[in-house]
Amino acid sequence: MPPRDAELFEYLLRLGDTDVVLAQRLGERIGHGPILEEDIAMANVGLDLLGQGRLWLGYAGEVEARFSGTGRTDDQLAFLRDGSGFRNLLLAEQPNGDFARTMARQFYFDAWHQLLLRALSSSVDARIAEIAAKAVKEATYHTERSAGWVVRLGDGTDESHARMQRALDELWMFTGEMFAADPLEQELARARIAVDVRLLREPWLATICSVLAEATLSLPQGEWMQGAGMRGGKQGVHTEHLGHLLTEMQFLQRAYPGAVW
Amino acid sequence: MNRHSIGAGNLVAGAQDAVLSLPNLAFVWEALAAVPDPEVPVVSIVELGLVRDVEWHERELIVRLTTTYSGCPAADTIRTLIREQLTAIGVANVKLVAQLAPAWSTDWIAPEARSKLRAFGIAPPHLTAKRVDVTGISPLRRANVVVPCPLCGSSCTSLLSQFGSTACKAQYRCDACREPFDYFKPH
Repeated sequence: MPPRDAELFEYLLRLGDTDVVLAQRLGERIGHGPILEEDIAMANVGLDLLGQGRLWLGYAGEVEARFSGTGRTDDQLAFLRDGSGFRNLLLAEQPNGDFARTMARQFYFDAWHQLLLRALSSSVDARIAEIAAKAVKEATYHTERSAGWVVRLGDGTDESHARMQRALDELWMFTGEMFAADPLEQELARARIAVDVRLLREPWLATICSVLAEATLSLPQGEWMQGAGMRGGKQGVHTEHLGHLLTEMQFLQRAYPGAVW
Repeated sequence: MNRHSIGAGNLVAGAQDAVLSLPNLAFVWEALAAVPDPEVPVVSIVELGLVRDVEWHERELIVRLTTTYSGCPAADTIRTLIREQLTAIGVANVKLVAQLAPAWSTDWIAPEARSKLRAFGIAPPHLTAKRVDVTGISPLRRANVVVPCPLCGSSCTSLLSQFGSTACKAQYRCDACREPFDYFKPH
C-alpha cells in the first residue's frame, strides 16, 4: 500500500539518521579521548552505530524505490541531504562537550536505544525485526559501558561529580523527544511495524534513576521544552548544531559529487 | 593477497573437472575454511561462524554470510577474499548474500578455534549464557566471569576497557604476568 511505504520510509530515516549523526559525533572524538582506551571505545561504539545506520538507511532506500520508482543508496541519503531532510533525534546532534557530557548523552541514548531495539525486534516488518535483533546486542553492551562511566564520574571526585551532574542537567531537555510519538509513529505502531515510544518512558526512567542513585547524582528536574513532540529532529526541525556537523560529514561529497573509493 | 589463498593450490587439483560438473559443497566448504579472518587471521571465516550456508542454484553458488558486528570494517575485505578463493577453485559464478538473522553469536565459534585464539594471545569468549541476562530492563552490570590470561593462564586479570583493537574485543591486563591482552567479547 503506497501511503504506508512513504510513512515507513520516513520512520526508517528517523532510526537511521539518529545512528549516523551520533556515530559522526563519536567519530569527532577520535584522537581527543581522555585516554587511549576510551578514545578507541568511543570510535567502536560509533562504528556499531554507523553499521546500524547503514542497515536502516539501506532499507529506507529500498522502500523509497517501492513508492517513488527510484530509491537512494545509504550513502546518497547520508551525504546528499540538507539538514532539514534529516530526521535524527536532537539529542544525537548535541556537541560532545567534555567527556562527562559525551558520556551523559550516550547514557541517555543507550538506555533508550536498547529498549527501542528490543521492542522493534518483534516488529511485524521482518527486516526491521532482523536489524533490531542484531543491533540490540550491541546497544546493550553500549549501555553497560556508558552507565559504568556515569557511575564512575558521578561517584568520583568533586570535580567529576559536578561535571557529570551539569551534563545530565543540560541534556535533559532533549530526552523528551525520545518518547514523543507523532501521528506517523502512532499509526505505524498501531500496525505493529513501529514501537509506541511513549511506552518506553517508564522503563527508561527506571534505568536512569537506578544508575543515577548508584552514581550519587540527582535526577534532573523539569519537563522537556518540546514535550508535545510535533516539532523536533524527527520532523526535520533541528538545533543549530546539525548544520555544522553536516558541513564536515558531507564535505567530500559536496566538494566532489559522486566520488567513490 | 596470496597468503590468503593458503591451500588453494591443492584444492584446484580436486576441482579440475569443474567445467563439466560443479564442485561438490564439501569441497567448497573446505576451500572457504582456508579463508582467514582479516582481523584475527589465526582463525578462518568458517570457524568464526560467518559463513551460514552454501548452496548451488543452477550453476550459481549462493553463499550466505553474516557479519560479527553491524559496523565491522572487515566485511568488505571478507567478501573480496571469498571471491578470490572461490575463483581459485574454479567457481566464478558466485552470489554473496548478506544474512541478518539469526544475529551472529560468539557461541558459533568452533571449539578448535577457541584454542587457536588462546595460542594467538586472545582470550576466547565465554558462552553467552554465562553472561548477565541481557533481556532484562536494566542489564547494566557484566557477569562476574573470570577471564584467564591466554599467556600465563592466571585467573588474576582485570578489565582495562570494554573495547580493544577491534569492535569484537575488550582489553584486559594480567595481574600476574603484567601483560595486556585482548578478550573476545561474548556476544
